[in-house]
Parts: sequence; C-alpha cells; structure tokens
Amino acid sequence: MTALRPYQALLARDLRLAFRRRADLLLPLGFAVLVVLLFGIALGGTPERLAPVSAPVIWVTVLLAGFLSLDGLFRPDVDDGTLDQWLAGPTSIVGLMYAKALAHWLLYGVGLTLSTPLLAMLLNLPVDLLPVMLAALAIGTLGATQIGIIAAALTARLRRSGILLALIVMPLYLPLLIFGSGAVDAVRLGESPKGALLLLAAQTVLLLTLAPPAAAAALRIGSDNPP
Amino acid sequence: MNPVWRWFHQLGSPPYFYRFATRWMPWFGISALLLTVIGMYLGFVEAPADYLQGDSFRIMYIHVPAAWMSMFIYGVMALNGAIALIWRIKLSELLFLSCAPIGAMFTAITLITGMFWGKPTWGAYWVWDARLTSELVLLFLYFGVIGLASAYDDLRQGARAAAVLALVGVVNVPIIHFSVKWWNTLHQGETVRIMGKSSIDSSMLWPLLIMALATKLYFVFALLLRTRSALAEQERGKQWVREAMVEAA
Amino acid sequence: MLQAESLTCLRDEEALFAPIDIDLPPGHLLVLEGRNGAGKTTLLRALLGLHPLTAKSLHFRGTDVLRERHALCSGALWLGHLLALKGDLTVRENLRYNLAIGDEDAAEDVDELCANLGIAGYEDTPTRSLSAGQRKRAALARLAASRRPLWLLDEPFANLDGPGMAVVERLLATHLARGGSAMLTSHGVLPITLPATTVRLEHAR
Repeated sequence: MTALRPYQALLARDLRLAFRRRADLLLPLGFAVLVVLLFGIALGGTPERLAPVSAPVIWVTVLLAGFLSLDGLFRPDVDDGTLDQWLAGPTSIVGLMYAKALAHWLLYGVGLTLSTPLLAMLLNLPVDLLPVMLAALAIGTLGATQIGIIAAALTARLRRSGILLALIVMPLYLPLLIFGSGAVDAVRLGESPKGALLLLAAQTVLLLTLAPPAAAAALRIGSDNPP
Repeated sequence: MNPVWRWFHQLGSPPYFYRFATRWMPWFGISALLLTVIGMYLGFVEAPADYLQGDSFRIMYIHVPAAWMSMFIYGVMALNGAIALIWRIKLSELLFLSCAPIGAMFTAITLITGMFWGKPTWGAYWVWDARLTSELVLLFLYFGVIGLASAYDDLRQGARAAAVLALVGVVNVPIIHFSVKWWNTLHQGETVRIMGKSSIDSSMLWPLLIMALATKLYFVFALLLRTRSALAEQERGKQWVREAMVEAA
Repeated sequence: MLQAESLTCLRDEEALFAPIDIDLPPGHLLVLEGRNGAGKTTLLRALLGLHPLTAKSLHFRGTDVLRERHALCSGALWLGHLLALKGDLTVRENLRYNLAIGDEDAAEDVDELCANLGIAGYEDTPTRSLSAGQRKRAALARLAASRRPLWLLDEPFANLDGPGMAVVERLLATHLARGGSAMLTSHGVLPITLPATTVRLEHAR
C-alpha cells in the first residue's frame, strides 16, 4: 500500500497533533452546549416549546461548532512552511486534501455527531427522532467538512479570515441544512426520511468529488508571494 | 486565423481593450438610458393596471429584469473566472472582478423590489418564497466573492481565489435553488408568483422586454466602465496608459 | 544534473534579476550570491513551481522541467527559511512524517542520524522545546535521511553555531561524494571550504 503512504502519514499526523492537544478537541462541544443553553433559555425551557424546534437548533449548532474549527485547518501549515513543502513535493495535493478532510471529519464531524444525544437531551428532542438525526448529521458533517476545506484553503494565506470565512461557508451550507433537518422533519410528521437522506447523501458525494480539487487549486494561489 | 478568434485575441490585449471600451462605452450607456426611460414610461404610465394586483404589479418591470440580470451576471462572472484560472488572462481577471458588484447591485434591487411588492400582495415585506430566498443566498455568494477578492493584498491573487469560489458557487447555485424549492413545498406549499401562469397582455409584455434589454445594455456599459478604469490603474506604469491619459487630457 | 539557459524569475511579468545560466553536474556545489532581495530565495522556490519563472531551456537529469515539473519536485529536496517542523511533534515524528509525505525511506537509523547531527538524546523531545539551532539541526536530519539527488538549500547556515556549520559541511561533502548536487544561497562569505561554482544574481535592467 505504498501508494497511499503520504496520505496515511498526513492523516496520522493530523490526528496525532489533535490528540497532543486533547483539551482543544472538547472546545467545539463546549461551544455547542453553550449555544443550546442560550436557545433553551430564550425559548423558555419548557418541553412543549423546545421539542418542535430541537432538531433544527441542533443542526444549526453543529454546523456553527464545526465552522469554528475551520480557521485552524491550514493556517498552522502555512505559518511553519509545511504547505510550501507539500506544493514543492511530488505528492498529489488533491490526495492530501482528501486526507486532510478525512482527519477533520473524524475529529469534528464524528465528534459532534456522537455528542448529539447530549444536546438532544438538553433540548427535549423526541427519542424516536434520534436515530435519523444521528444518520443525517454523520452524512451532513462530512459534506460540511468539504465546504470547509474549500473556504479554509481560500483564506489560508490571509492574515485574518473570521467573518469572511463565515460569509463563504454559510450560504453553501444551506442545502445540507435543508435536507438534513428535512429528514428529521419527515420522521416527526410520520413519513419516510429516505428521500431527504438520499438527497443529503447525493449532495455530500458531489462535494466529495468537487471540494478536494477546488481546495488544492486554492492552496496554489498565493504561493508566489510568501509571507 | 479565424477573424472572430483574432478579434478576441486583440481584445485580450490591455491597450486594445482600453480603446475599445472608451469608444463603445457611451453608446451602451446612452441606449441603456433611453430604453429605460421608454420602458418605464410604457410600464408605469401606458400599461393598464392588473385586474388582480392593481398598480403594485408594475414593480415587476424592475423586479423581473433585475432578477434575470442577477443570475445572468453570475454566469458571465463565473465564465470570466474560469478563463482567468485556466489561461491566466489578466483582462479576464478584471472583467471577473468588475462583474461582482454589478451583479450584487441587481440582486439587491431584486430583493428590495420584491419586498415592496410583497407588502401589498402578501401583507408582509418578507415571505420565505423559494425565489426570494434563493436571491438572498445569491446576494451572499456575491458578497463572498467581493469580500474574498478584496481580502488579498495582491489584486491578481484575490481575483484568482475569488474565481475558485465563484466556480464552486456555479455548481452550488442550482442545488441551493432546488433545495430551497424542495424546502418551500415541504413547509408552505405553492405560493403566489409575481408572474402568474395566465397569459400576459402584449401591452404588459413589451415594457418588460424593453426593460430586459435596457438592463443588459446597462450591464455592458458598467462592465466596460469598471474594467477600463481597473485596467488603467493596474497598468499605470506602462507606456500605453500614459499615452491614453495624455490623449484624454 | 541541472542545466538552465537564460533563467530568471518573474514578478508582475517582469524579470526579477538578469537572466542566468546554470550548469550543475553531479557531485558539484553551486552557490547563489546576491544582495538581499536579489531573488535567491525566489529562484529556489521558482524551480519547484512555487513562483513563475522563464527560461530558454531548463533540464533536470535530461527531463525538460519547463514541460514536466514533476521530475524536479520528486528529485529535489528543498530546505527553506521555514523549517516545516510541528512544535507538538517530536524530532523522530517530524522526520518520519516528512519522509512519508514525499514517499521516501530513511537512509539510516534515526538515532544514528540524530547523533551525527549533534542532537542525540533529543529524538523524542517535541521540537517546540528545542532551541533555534537545535530545530535547524532537526530539519537538517531530513537532508541526512534523504537520497534525493538535488538539494536546494536556502541559507543552510543560518542559526547555526560553529560545530553546526561543520555538520552542514559534512552532510554536503557526503552528498556530493555520492554523486549528488546541491544549490545553496548565501549573502556573505561561506563558512565552508568545499569547491563551489558561484552564480551571482544581478539586478535586471
């Protein structure tokens, strides 16, 4: 399996770096709980009012929490010269983008999806909605990561990117949010979530083919003007 | 070489484009202005009031052409972005950058006129209609392109980065539109359309077509104007710019 | 190894320095000289495709690099100003990752390499807690471990003490003796005695 060795190495490196700073991994979860807390307070905290909006609130919360990790996706690699070494080396940048996206999804997408039961409990999400919620989030966060690597790659060499990153990412998140919360809604209304989940999966597959090459092209821009 | 191709090659050279823009810009501007006046007169004075919506429907003479332009310009912008990325043509980068604010303006006009139309028709300035919602998302796609391009210190790098984003947008715009429509039918069923399925009387159609042509001409005018000055600024040290400035003075 | 005719880098479509010719046979060392801002760093980056360049011809081991950039990217090893070390990873982890990303195997045992570079005992220390000179040595371990034929070194002596410079010279001597070539930048007198060709970058008129 030597053909995959560089990509495995990058995946392993990103996971190892993340676990060297384990506490940072909990920050998105902490952020998500805080957002849910704000919603819960604002909505009065009664189950009757929370239950109908709990699924969309969880969706928005998870997307926002995942978004916060994007700024750190490429910036350290730009700052210490790693990115230039990738561009100067023989390894396919598109392949490296797949490794990078996989690492990000494993760390944040899967992490946030697994923490959904906690958020669901806080928001009184009806228990029968939880399985479809988890399935939709697992697929949707994979798509969101793809959008994220494009946006992060486009802003990697900028000095700061905060609001700009949000401006780029949020409109593109929209279909994921619609199909994702649509799937949960379908179950709530007693219908089959299959259609919505398939549309969500189709969107994610499209992003998986489109995003890594786009991110690779974006990273090349600006290499002729190093910091 | 095929004469059409030769013309395109020539147009790609900055001095040639500058002269071309200087010569043709006024014609596009004047004809756009004339057609707008005619279209407005026909639409707002001559055309009869709609029997269902009364006079409020007349805002469609601005709303509909603006909505068409908002999408058309995104296409033109993305096309120039693709050319800029693939062939690294400087002029395409500038055309790309010049498209974004014009497109954003038409999108904003679409949204504002839509809101003014919505108040008497739906009783609210904003309803989550599929088309209006898509237009709002489109506005943010334009803002993303403008914001990203201006965040780079280097104009050309900014243009290329924003071009990648615009191309990602091209793939996503239909999906966003489809998803919003899907969401709309899921939640509210069909809503009232500004243009119903009923056939339009020709006295109502003519002003619309004239306004559509006027907005196209205005777009070409604004595009030439913006690109021309951006070109002069980017190439300011070059001999041909100095000559052009002397000529203009 | 590397032959170039009328080579220069482009900035805003204008030549950054007067065109140079390069003829670097195997086993030879080439030193790029020039003032600050003359374009030495940019030239190394440009060879690797990180900056636009123009040349009448540019060949790397018989391959036309102007057409087939990949040959140079997989045959050259570049050490820039930025060392591409992760502070949270140890010297060993950094080296292992840097070799894997270019799909290379370490030529020697990592402990032995570190001993040769004078950072024995630091193999499992995060590079964050090393000094600037030690970090530079950790980055040089990448050179020592590699078997790529062409080295492109940007200021390899910066941040190093006397013994550190001797280490670089030893690495270079071994590499050249094996038939490898190296191109390095410098803006002062080189602290080494190896025979070298010098190319000076002058302002383009």
